[in-house]
Amino acid sequence: MTMTQPTIDEANAQALGARDVVKARRKASRTRFTASFRQNRSGMLGLTILLIFIAVAIAAFFIPASSLDVTQVTADPFLPPSLQWPLGTDDSGRSVLLLVAKGAQISLLVGFAATMLSMFIGTSVGIVSGHYRGMTGGVLDRFTDWFLVIPYLPLAIVLATVLGRSLLNIIIVIGVTSWPGTARLIRAQTLSVTARPYLERSKALGAGNLHQMWKHVLPNVMPLVLANTTLAVSISILSETTLSFLGLGDPTAISWGSILEQGFAAGAISQGAWWYLAAPGICVVLTVLAFNLIGRAIEDILDPRQETA
Amino acid sequence: MALLTETPARTPSAAAGGWANPSIRYAIKRTGAAISTFIFVLVFNFFLFRVLPGDPVALYTRGRNVDPESIRALEAKLHRPIGQQFLEYARNPFTGNGPSVKYNQSVWEVIAPALWPTLLLVGTATLIATIIGVWLGIRSGWNRGERFDVISSNTTLVLYSMPEFWFGMIMLIVFAVGIGPIPGLFPTGGLSDPGVDTSTPAGWLNVAWHLFLPVTTLAVIYLAEYSLIMRASIIEERGQDYVQTARAKGLMDKMVRRQHAVPNALLPTMTLVFLNLGFVVGGAITIEYVFSIHGLGSLTVDALQGPDVPLLQALFLLFSGAVIFANLVADLLYGYFDPRVRT
Repeated sequence: MTMTQPTIDEANAQALGARDVVKARRKASRTRFTASFRQNRSGMLGLTILLIFIAVAIAAFFIPASSLDVTQVTADPFLPPSLQWPLGTDDSGRSVLLLVAKGAQISLLVGFAATMLSMFIGTSVGIVSGHYRGMTGGVLDRFTDWFLVIPYLPLAIVLATVLGRSLLNIIIVIGVTSWPGTARLIRAQTLSVTARPYLERSKALGAGNLHQMWKHVLPNVMPLVLANTTLAVSISILSETTLSFLGLGDPTAISWGSILEQGFAAGAISQGAWWYLAAPGICVVLTVLAFNLIGRAIEDILDPRQETA
Repeated sequence: MALLTETPARTPSAAAGGWANPSIRYAIKRTGAAISTFIFVLVFNFFLFRVLPGDPVALYTRGRNVDPESIRALEAKLHRPIGQQFLEYARNPFTGNGPSVKYNQSVWEVIAPALWPTLLLVGTATLIATIIGVWLGIRSGWNRGERFDVISSNTTLVLYSMPEFWFGMIMLIVFAVGIGPIPGLFPTGGLSDPGVDTSTPAGWLNVAWHLFLPVTTLAVIYLAEYSLIMRASIIEERGQDYVQTARAKGLMDKMVRRQHAVPNALLPTMTLVFLNLGFVVGGAITIEYVFSIHGLGSLTVDALQGPDVPLLQALFLLFSGAVIFANLVADLLYGYFDPRVRT
């Protein structure tokens, strides 16, 4: 990991307190990270795409509700793209452009929220199972193994069916089904951190388990969590699209997946209404790609050995 | 990580064979892990539908008009002591939750005819994806950074970011319905035309013609993942000392690649093919739905709309069982080909 290099000399370190040293070291490593990220072309491309979609999602708050209400729109259904309707219209005459912009909100929201949940579970399980050998660690490790093997989509479908359709439930379903990969990764990293001498030292000074995990292990696995988070958001967004397409999303919310579901059900394929299906799909691909590019860039910076670009 | 948790209690007699033989111990350990996972799935599959707040009867009958008599029968069944219900379920996990509500048949009778279409679709797609993916991965990883690699890596990254069912729908619009000057070339769904006898060679052709689009869609999505892994694996091998040695001996580049690097790099990719079955199952569910192929995937979508809980439970068990088994096969194969993991 990058943050073990002390950037301040020893004399200085004694003048400042230990806390300040840590703070300064972490700040320096953040600066180094930002500088390397700016150099990474595909990472910056991903970040640009992502910022554009976030801007679209914010702009979508200004779309008047009437233009997305099927009872109030006046355009013909299935109109191909034109100057008036840049991305054509859907089966009830709504502008696909506006639908897709509105859909960005839910897709990004679910993507971020589900990832936070999944990262929280995965990091906690990973650190705890790596820190406590013996029973607790063993049981948690087994548990991770079980969830790692169960096929993702059938599990998500079963959970979503039991919980029912709502925005919160789809976030829970994605979060609860996607944590084991993170737990595995964090556990491996925790094991390697725990083996380092400075943890031995803190133990000798009387640090408790919580202090060790919170103050020493967590900051060390954090960069890995960050890289994993960006990659996990892309998986969450894909999952949201798939589950909504299968009709397991919130029936009242417009997301890219639910637009695809509606288009498929309304016969956009046999109508040849390619714009109706192409637009939300391209948004999904671009957003997921953006997160993948950012995630790979972060991985490259954190671990120069494994150059994936 | 198994390396760290295990205690290497090797005694001189251990090497002689028997229970202490590392290969056998490894196989037993992996099989035990697979069995424990399956037991977990069995228990999970039962309790998930019963421990959540709310009346299980409401869940089993949601979205459907049920006459009071059936509700009473269901209540009598679902309000028994939970241990008794579990014993009945454990005796026969597939039918223990009752018959399919939608089809009024035992779940097994509903599932059996749907097995073959799925196996045919998923099997063909995986085979094609493996061959092309491995080839692409070798070619781009060996000549890393060259034009072929840049194009292939970027394309696979885009494919990797794509929902497979969306790609399928676009394929349908372009190649089955036709767009602009392109006429519709392929059928829009199903496995064969109605009335075609699929046991004759002409029938097979008809099936192949129907399967072309869904198999292509799945294969393209899967191969993205396989080629990314194969590429990473060949890049890793390329930097190893033995490859350097082979070069130093004066072997041609082609020989170094074929005889030395590829056989070693293939191993992780081959195991991944098995490990990825869970991912493959997910693809099959949405693609069968989009292409109206009446396999296990369409059945799953059918079961979740409604929902037909007993059928859904049986399908979940079947998918999980298949994936757990495939994982076990992957573990055992890996252990057989790479003795390092057996310790």
